[in-house]
Amino acid sequence: MAIEVRIPTILRTYTDGAKQVEGTGSTLGELFTDLDQRHGGLRERLVDNGGLRRFVNVYLNDEDVRFLAGLDTPVKDGDTVTVLPAVAGGATVS
Amino acid sequence: MLTIPRALYDKIVAHARADHPDEACGVIAGPAGRDRPERFIAMTNAERSPTFYRFDSAEQFRVWREMDDNDEEPVVIYHSHTATEAYPSRTDVSYASEPQAHYVLVSTRDEDTAEFRSYRIVDGVVTEEPVSVVE
Repeated sequence: MAIEVRIPTILRTYTDGAKQVEGTGSTLGELFTDLDQRHGGLRERLVDNGGLRRFVNVYLNDEDVRFLAGLDTPVKDGDTVTVLPAVAGGATVS
Repeated sequence: MLTIPRALYDKIVAHARADHPDEACGVIAGPAGRDRPERFIAMTNAERSPTFYRFDSAEQFRVWREMDDNDEEPVVIYHSHTATEAYPSRTDVSYASEPQAHYVLVSTRDEDTAEFRSYRIVDGVVTEEPVSVVE
């Protein structure tokens, strides 16, 4: 058993094109560190200064982890983590 | 070049007009790899702002999963600028992360004429493309 992680197109360069990879850990932060062992560089695209990058949305099953505990969100075998690029922008710099 | 049916073009402009002066945003999905916009999906601007937009994250999760289940992809990602020209801002470029998508910008600054333009944004480089509206 492991945690399934769904990777968006833009980050599949880090997973040899795979849409889905697996990892382990007891929190989301640990899971990302584990993934980075096999998919070097992936973690840096997700995490910045100890928090989630604002350019990505990360979901545990179907919940946005920003509304859970961010990188400290507990994860367990059988969970699915989905990464999506945040879609945002606008006329001026926020 | 973006080739888009008239009915979908009109829906984007109507959404932008309806939400003015806030920015409107949404997606047109189409079969993966075919570059054909087909299914119009107006999205909620979670920011409800005249100068910024962000897809509501829960809604985006549902819509993206639906596209995945249907073997679709976001062919068009659109939003409006309500007081400035229809050209990607630095913020737009920094967030752009769907290299296969046509980024459509509509400006509603003029009450009578909507400015409708399309771009590719890949690795921070903006390239404008012609728009062909088909009946």
